[in-house]
Amino acid sequence: MKPVVEKIYNWLDERIGLNELVEFAKKKTVPEHKHTFWYYWGGISLLFFIIQAFTGALLLIYYRPGTEAYESVRQITYEIQFGWLIRSIHSWAANLMILAVFIHMFSVFFMKAYRRPRELGWLSGIALLGIAMIFGFSGYLLPMDELAYFATKVGLEIPAAPADAVGGLIASALGAVGIKAEWLKTIGTELSSLIRGGVEVNEYTVQRFFTLHVIILPAIFLGILGFHLWLVQKHGNALPPSEEAKPPSERKSVPFFPNFFMRDLAMWLIALNVLILLAAMFPWDLGQPADSLKPAPAGIHPEWYFMSSFQVLKALGTWFPGVTGEILGIVIFTAGLILWILIPFYDNTNQSGLRARRATWFGLFTLAVLVLTTIWGYLALK
Amino acid sequence: MGQQEKIEKINTSQAENHQAVPRRLFGKIAFGAAGLCYLAMIGYPIYRYLATPVEKAKKEAAVKEILLKDAHKLPPGSGMIFKFGSRPAWLIHHADGSWTALDAVCTHLGCTVKYEAQNKRIFCECHGGVYDPVTGKNIAGPPPKPLRQYAVKVTDEGVVISRA
Repeated sequence: MKPVVEKIYNWLDERIGLNELVEFAKKKTVPEHKHTFWYYWGGISLLFFIIQAFTGALLLIYYRPGTEAYESVRQITYEIQFGWLIRSIHSWAANLMILAVFIHMFSVFFMKAYRRPRELGWLSGIALLGIAMIFGFSGYLLPMDELAYFATKVGLEIPAAPADAVGGLIASALGAVGIKAEWLKTIGTELSSLIRGGVEVNEYTVQRFFTLHVIILPAIFLGILGFHLWLVQKHGNALPPSEEAKPPSERKSVPFFPNFFMRDLAMWLIALNVLILLAAMFPWDLGQPADSLKPAPAGIHPEWYFMSSFQVLKALGTWFPGVTGEILGIVIFTAGLILWILIPFYDNTNQSGLRARRATWFGLFTLAVLVLTTIWGYLALK
Repeated sequence: MGQQEKIEKINTSQAENHQAVPRRLFGKIAFGAAGLCYLAMIGYPIYRYLATPVEKAKKEAAVKEILLKDAHKLPPGSGMIFKFGSRPAWLIHHADGSWTALDAVCTHLGCTVKYEAQNKRIFCECHGGVYDPVTGKNIAGPPPKPLRQYAVKVTDEGVVISRA
């Protein structure tokens, strides 16, 4: 090290313990095997999040929530220099981030990286996915064009009725033992109204979603993300069962610095290029301003990552009309979600026993259901 | 291994070393150049994005002449503030019937000055600068320079203000 650099390094080391970090970084390794490719996807998700924060801050410079939302987005898209590009990158990166997070989650699942001692990594990861989807849902409304308006309107109304139905069920059960809880019968509608700031989507809704999107969700997300990343450093990359089965002498690994870091950087560059190409070649459009008096446009649908739930709820509502269908929908979703979240406690130890195989089949089944219902959702749009 | 093989091995590794150094350097330069390209590619749109309102304001400020409609009806011994491009300005109809238009930005530290008809002066509240309302000259207080004058032309429709 040059003498000046060395002086600065020593000054910092005395105060923040740089040596510890450098020693850790030098020792950090990444397992190398046929599934190493899937180790990149957490980092790629992180890249997209960073891009979202960056482009989001830029959009925040010109975006005005409330009554001027549409006009401010119109200006960004058509009047501010390169505003269309910043906005397009933000919209595309939102979708790519959720895609990357799904790939990350499923690869973690199939590599069984949720097993002891990484259960908290899995749980925090699920929380991050949930928050990412709320990011997407809240951000989608902010331009207040027709598509945004109706997607949000439908998105908040679809779960309201099933929630009311379940609330009603619980109210009846409580009523049978003498506890009055009539308010549960409208819990879904009331929650939706609270989220909306009214009985329909209006300027209060935009303002609420804006607050969520810009300060509340980022604060929560960053906290959990920090925890999630710290856990990954603490436990290192998990070995898939095929590597676990090998004796340690046969396992290969590469140093993180500089080897895997450079590979990570290359993957980030590819991801960035894909994003820029998509954003520039397929720029995000702005529809007509939201008008509560207009009927919903034909083929209205949510973004692709909500299509599965959308389609399943729609189908169940058609096959089992009324309260039955609604309750069935909620029960299936909640049961599936709980099973998915609790997988580390079912398939916990490093053995390829019955539980391990069942977990893998469950993962394949879930993946197939998600993909197929999403495709079905698009086909059913006509 | 034999003497011949040993020599060949040394020669090969030396040759590789001679190649390795320029290759390394080329790699570093290429990497650095690509990095700079990406920075420029990302930085340029962000700069233009942030600078858009500045460009717009400068265009608006490049105005050379404006018409103040109905301003010819301004009573003598009174003044009105208006915008010339991006700058505030005073139009003063003096008691003797003459007109003056002055830039309203105090030459001291940029506050907007006030026309006091009753005191027959232009006064800056911030630090007590005083200007002559007819010529714009800095009479008292900290202002180092006079207020800039505009050319005034009174018509039937209003008053035309232009750069002197």
